[in-house]
Amino acid sequence: MGNLIRNFFIALRQIFIGNRAYYLWVAFLSFFIFLGFSAYLDQLNRGLITTAMRDQVSWGLFISNFTFLVGVAAAAVLLVVPAYLYNFKPIKEIVLFGELLAITAITMCILFIMVDMGQPLRVWHILPFIGAMHFPASLLAWDVVVLNGYLAINSIIAFYVLYRLSIGKEYSMSVIGPLIILSIPWAVSIHTVTAFLYNGLSARPFWNASILAPRFLASAFCSGPAIMLILFQIIRKRSDVDIDNKAIFKIAELIAYAMAINLFLLGAEAFKEFYSGGVDSYSIQYLYFGLHGKTSLVPWMWAATIMNTTAFFLFLFPKTRENFTTLNLGCVLIIMGVYIEKGMGLVVPGFVPDALGEIYEYSPTKSEILVTMGIWAAGALLYTLLLKFAVPIYTGKLRFETTAGKA
Amino acid sequence: MRKITKKRDGIHLDRRSFLKGAALGLAATALPLKKAEASFWESFFQKHFKEMNDAEIKQVLGRLEQEYEEKYKIAIKVGNEKAIPGVLFGYGLDLSRCIGCRRCEYACVDENNQSKDPQIHWISVLRFKKGEKWVDLENSEKYYNPELVPEPEYFYMPVQCQQCEDPPCVRACPTQATWKEPDGIVVVDYNWCIGCRYCMAACPYGARHFNWAEPGRKSEEINPKTHYLGNRPRYKGVVEKCTFCIQRTRNGRYPACVEACPVGARKFGNLLDPDSEIRYAIEHKRVFRLKEDLNTNPKFYYFFAYGV
Repeated sequence: MGNLIRNFFIALRQIFIGNRAYYLWVAFLSFFIFLGFSAYLDQLNRGLITTAMRDQVSWGLFISNFTFLVGVAAAAVLLVVPAYLYNFKPIKEIVLFGELLAITAITMCILFIMVDMGQPLRVWHILPFIGAMHFPASLLAWDVVVLNGYLAINSIIAFYVLYRLSIGKEYSMSVIGPLIILSIPWAVSIHTVTAFLYNGLSARPFWNASILAPRFLASAFCSGPAIMLILFQIIRKRSDVDIDNKAIFKIAELIAYAMAINLFLLGAEAFKEFYSGGVDSYSIQYLYFGLHGKTSLVPWMWAATIMNTTAFFLFLFPKTRENFTTLNLGCVLIIMGVYIEKGMGLVVPGFVPDALGEIYEYSPTKSEILVTMGIWAAGALLYTLLLKFAVPIYTGKLRFETTAGKA
Repeated sequence: MRKITKKRDGIHLDRRSFLKGAALGLAATALPLKKAEASFWESFFQKHFKEMNDAEIKQVLGRLEQEYEEKYKIAIKVGNEKAIPGVLFGYGLDLSRCIGCRRCEYACVDENNQSKDPQIHWISVLRFKKGEKWVDLENSEKYYNPELVPEPEYFYMPVQCQQCEDPPCVRACPTQATWKEPDGIVVVDYNWCIGCRYCMAACPYGARHFNWAEPGRKSEEINPKTHYLGNRPRYKGVVEKCTFCIQRTRNGRYPACVEACPVGARKFGNLLDPDSEIRYAIEHKRVFRLKEDLNTNPKFYYFFAYGV
């Protein structure tokens, strides 16, 4: 055990070693973390009045980011499915990086929830036993359970695999196999529960549609892998990690299918809302066409729709999918498209018009944007550090001696 | 006039305010110094209201009274009158009488110690044009401002917490900081609410309000007769709502809005008492409840006493 801890710190030391570009990158991220943190302190001080949220639209940019990132966390691990079900080796080798991304995304989710809370010091009230967790009635309590469970599962898998690699041994599937299998439905569950969080509210007809959870999953299958594809290219460029093109193109193909389903579900929803045209369709009208001259989300939503459709075609054809320029263009379009659609495009129209029919147009304040950027920078920093820690072990540069099987 | 402040203050990043913010932030998160310390930790570790025994609740009430006195420099009584057995409160609102004067709205603010800056109102009076679609509330106007009311071409519908028998907000709360009392009143423990605002998303009536900033109310405007689960002064970052004036109604008085109404449009009473005024209204008038299709079972009945 002593050895294990010592070796952990030796590996941890890797995060301080890097070239000029690395330090510049860390400094760059730290700058945004600092800005976000100062904006958050100001918010802590004055209250959430520093945001543009009000009683009418009581959730905004923070919860939008939370929702998007739950999808990223879920999808990063869903890459495990083809890897293990079909034993597709090129992807299997890079699942670790997906798990590290899941850890990062969940951490960011938790940060976004924390900054959205009016009384963050009272967060312990939500815990079972020491607090008064309202389980199983409240879907938010469910979300706390599944998100923390997911963080734990992925941390255990990632660090166990790294530990085995660090002592030069193949990881044993009998130990980790059940956890990997468990992580698949768990990944589905975090996104489903997050969808149900909105879905279960009869007060908000825009969310109260059964198509919400399937749409969540479909769009997550687009944005999560798109982020992975970009990260894989960066990782293999900046380290000795070898990532097969085959893995990248296979993932791109999966994105095309997921996006096809996502667009189909969007169409199904749009048809129902616009063709039947009841009073419950005001929100989607607001979203795509504006209501009573209030149109702040309209350009964003059309941009998202165009981006997602374009990306779908880029990923559909092998020719554009296997060309790195168009592939990366597709990834960026998907990330932006889904970020709009599953972020503000999902959260805000739930509140517009509000329960009493008022239209309050929400657009985030500078403070909200700074805090959001700070958390994104913190996420990027965490992922960078996790990679710094994991890559030397993964590539075999860092190996520890084992004394008679003990470590 | 009721206007939501849409001030979009940018954040100030000059060094002084940053340091001040940092210091205050640390004070709030880490180690509060001075004599507030004991009170801070007592408040931090305060148990869930329903898990406290009478002695513990008494201690909490004492601490709160002390805190409020320090803050507002006046004596504020924090009561904890319990629900009276055999009572289920119900409310009636005669839409054929309401003239849209909003006296109820302001009487509520006077009674219940809401923040005046930024403004929080527990009652919203909606105005509708006669002859136009109104059931979905989408054509309502909350910020009307005529010289005189009632305006001949409009009618009015005040909305406040409907005190649902099956409240979606209570189900949503992840920390059980809000619950339905035995007399049917849905209350919030301002010392337990974490400010996640999930209940606000769940409420179909816009009845829940959040303290986006430190509640702003002058000492001389404070109503010192309060209830722990009702009108005691609130904190920034917690949700609040109408409690049928729990501090009055549990002492046999009418809610402030009922007393303030100049045309007698508001009725209040015990739904379990067959001789109560509210039961008479329900049994003899054309009553409806708002958004009945959601099955929240409000104990707030709208009715038409006579035709207009």
